[in-house]
Amino acid sequence: MKVEDIRVCILRMEGTNCEQETFDAFKRLGASPEFVHLKQLEGRDVGGDEARSLDDYHILMFPGGFSAGDYIRAGAIFAARIKASLSGDLRKFIEDGKAVGGFCNGFQIMVELGILPGMDGTMSEHPEAVLHSNDSGFFECRPTLLKHTNRGRCVWTRDIPIGSIRLIPCAHAEGKLILPLEEADALYERLFDEDRVVFQYCDRSGETNAEYPYNPNGSRFNIAGICSERGNVFGMMPHPERVFYRHTHADWYRNKVGSEEGDGQVVFRSVLNYIVETF
Amino acid sequence: MFAVEVKVGLKKGVSDPEGSNTRKSLELLGYEEVKEVRSLKVYRMQIDATSREEAQKRLEEMCKRLLSNPVINTHEIVFL
Repeated sequence: MKVEDIRVCILRMEGTNCEQETFDAFKRLGASPEFVHLKQLEGRDVGGDEARSLDDYHILMFPGGFSAGDYIRAGAIFAARIKASLSGDLRKFIEDGKAVGGFCNGFQIMVELGILPGMDGTMSEHPEAVLHSNDSGFFECRPTLLKHTNRGRCVWTRDIPIGSIRLIPCAHAEGKLILPLEEADALYERLFDEDRVVFQYCDRSGETNAEYPYNPNGSRFNIAGICSERGNVFGMMPHPERVFYRHTHADWYRNKVGSEEGDGQVVFRSVLNYIVETF
Repeated sequence: MFAVEVKVGLKKGVSDPEGSNTRKSLELLGYEEVKEVRSLKVYRMQIDATSREEAQKRLEEMCKRLLSNPVINTHEIVFL
């Protein structure tokens, strides 16, 4: 498949606010993104030619923001609505090997939906994890250093060398990944063994046990992003779409470097390459 | 019609920054006797149902589908 034929569904609802940067990232790399409101997929309150089907796309993207005002829990309302009306379509989309990604609120939605971490299948009946309030009690909005520790499973980051450190900003109040407390040790071990941990917060030397402020939320093992067993479903708390170009990095003026490429661009390129090769 | 409160709290062992910051602030105001604060959300609802049992069943479903995440939350349904 050619990159220009890749259709990307940028799914939004009231409160989504990172859809433009996400759209732009895919557009700049030559793909064909489209803003799609949840109601267009539900087929509710929209005219005939506005209705859309998930089947028409190759990539489903949950952008960041504060969907439904972050009420109840961040991402919970968006997730519950998708689950009520689209779970069959979404399950098929994932099982067909198409790519699903979410950044920040998108990651929160995916966890509430039960498609991440997806320990026992494509979509769990109830959430298997949560992105809980940061230990600091603050909204953490600043650059974070991320070490790419995935050994090749995640199709969204497979073009990033293992061990490479990226500077990608975070902006969240609820980013602390928690797995069920009763079996947490075994579940974390599985995440690492099955190569499902993708990014870990680190310090400048790449240490992934660095504490706050390097780890902005208190996630155990500094986990910042995870993927599904097959690697096509991926979520992370920081925002790669905000550092598509080098000049949008927070340290751009002090540390001008030759490349125009920002540290987040490769995430979008990786998944497009995966779709080109797979479909 | 039933008046109901659904109380969604945090399981023991789950961090509660809002609760611990509240305790610390109360201490700074001189309320040193406050040894622990845990936050919880209360949803007060009016439920149109033919019986209390039917309302209870629907409310349990609401908790599972939206109001509570079983990984960190407890929930309690109280008929007023």
